[in-house]
Amino acid sequence: MERAMTLTRGIGFGELVAQRAKTGQLAVATENKIEMQKFGFHYGSFKAVHDVTMVMPSNRVTAIIGPSGCGKSTLLRSINRMHDATTGARAEGQLRLDGSNVYDADVDSVLLRRRVGMVFQRPNPFQLSIFENVAYGLRVLGIRNRKTLAERVEQSLRRAALWDEVKDRLHSSYGTALSGGQQQRLCIARTIATNPEVILMDEPCSALDPIASLKIEDLIYDLREQFTIVIVTHNMQQAARVSDITAFMLMNREKHYGELVESGPTDKLFTAPTDKRTEDYISGQFG
Amino acid sequence: MDKYNYRRRKITDQIMRNLTAVATGCAVIPLIAIIGYVLTIGAGAMSWSFFTDVYQPPSNAVVSEITGEEPAYDPNDPFAGIADAPSEDPNAPVDPADNVYNAAPRGGVLHGILGTLMIAGIGLLLALPIGIFAGIYLSEYRDERYATIVRFCCDVLSGSPSIVAGVTIYVLVVLQTKQFSAFAGSIALAILMIPIVTRTTEEMLKLVPETMREAARGLGAPTWYSTFTVVLPAALPGIVTGVMLAFARGAGETAPLILTVLGSNIISTDIFKPMAALPLLTYRYTESPYPGENTQAWGAAFVLMMLVLIMNILVRVATRRTGGNSR
Repeated sequence: MERAMTLTRGIGFGELVAQRAKTGQLAVATENKIEMQKFGFHYGSFKAVHDVTMVMPSNRVTAIIGPSGCGKSTLLRSINRMHDATTGARAEGQLRLDGSNVYDADVDSVLLRRRVGMVFQRPNPFQLSIFENVAYGLRVLGIRNRKTLAERVEQSLRRAALWDEVKDRLHSSYGTALSGGQQQRLCIARTIATNPEVILMDEPCSALDPIASLKIEDLIYDLREQFTIVIVTHNMQQAARVSDITAFMLMNREKHYGELVESGPTDKLFTAPTDKRTEDYISGQFG
Repeated sequence: MDKYNYRRRKITDQIMRNLTAVATGCAVIPLIAIIGYVLTIGAGAMSWSFFTDVYQPPSNAVVSEITGEEPAYDPNDPFAGIADAPSEDPNAPVDPADNVYNAAPRGGVLHGILGTLMIAGIGLLLALPIGIFAGIYLSEYRDERYATIVRFCCDVLSGSPSIVAGVTIYVLVVLQTKQFSAFAGSIALAILMIPIVTRTTEEMLKLVPETMREAARGLGAPTWYSTFTVVLPAALPGIVTGVMLAFARGAGETAPLILTVLGSNIISTDIFKPMAALPLLTYRYTESPYPGENTQAWGAAFVLMMLVLIMNILVRVATRRTGGNSR
């Protein structure tokens, strides 16, 4: 948290990233976890995302940034097929997880979501005890052994940096009774409890105050050692602070669909963008 | 000066406010009047034996008063005792207290209380699983074309007169089994309860925020699992209200019971035989020539209201949950 605090004090993106690279310990380069190839997404006749081609490496944080309505949430949610229940939603092109297309007909979306977990914009703990919130995903997987459950819950809460704050009231307090920032960390603990391979985060800090946001950011930064993380944010500083790869999306003004402008290593995208539109956006000239 | 029609706006607002207040008052007056009337008149029938005793023919009162003997209780002959009433001199002036029509009400409605609890309770047991599962289907597994038809049928059914359910069950069950029975009444009441339970369950489930379902879905939970562990518990207080409404509706129905349950003067626990019920007692006592029984009709109505109220409170206490701020 101290690290993140110092990073926020009015310094440019370049310095920010350089500083981060020094303090953070990047693991060795790994393979591509998620690959999108000419991927598009429709809601009925409305095309939300058009022709996205990019890769998201494993054990890295990939940030998707862009102004409101550019399709970044849609793209994120399409990775674990959260849109399946929406009538008229359909994908085109390829979205591969470990090399196999998640939109193949034989892929079961329930099993996919056990590999690709998700944290939402607003903290949404269940109206259950703190313990049961974290144990929920484990129970879904059929784990009934009380000792195993207790161990996994403690481990997850520790990883989510929430254990010390809630260890005395695991069973007596409802998840919904925690503060906003604690609720979001609880949601993260709930997601990592089942050991997914990928964690999707849809603007996880947008409903939180700055201090709570920093705690979450620190957490994200630590979690990438074990998980591949994809985060949507419209806070550019946040993207610069937490991500290794950044993708910039923009709404096409003529066709009204979201498209990928460019994606690449975060330090490069923020210091030397190749596209004029990216440069305009990160220098605050629009959006 | 009055550039923005300030005065007119203010007056219009005032008129509208008063109109709505008057309308609200009009809506509440009948409710208060009914409760007050039932309370004041029904109180005359209240006594300990009213809750612990079953039907007692009024004529026995006279017999026992005159002879000083305990009347022989014969549930199959409500007129037992009348012929036995001694009268030495037919022309002697009759003491008004000896007049059967002026006799104080005797007996109670215990058989009606137990009957109503059993008939409406079994009806609710029949209606609950069907209603709640149908509600879950309508809200969670929407297949819009089928759902529209089901919803329309529910609305028609809940708006149709209860006697229709009574006649239907009379033809389908009572005539087939050649036996009036409490169970036939329960089926008729279940028919009236199902649409209420279905629609409330659906509406309450729809009020549960979509983010709850998303959270469960994001953890790899199948729809049935998230429905029973997250969505249904969150909607429970609302569903309980609907279930209590259904119970109240069923407990208060008279018409379908006349055609199915028939009524009884004794405590019966055989659900395949006729049984007593509070609305039936209320109905029959209102028609009775004895003023004492007329008072007991109000008493029975009062007990019915209290029964529904107590059930309501008990269920609410039982399902109340502590903690949590999302509600």
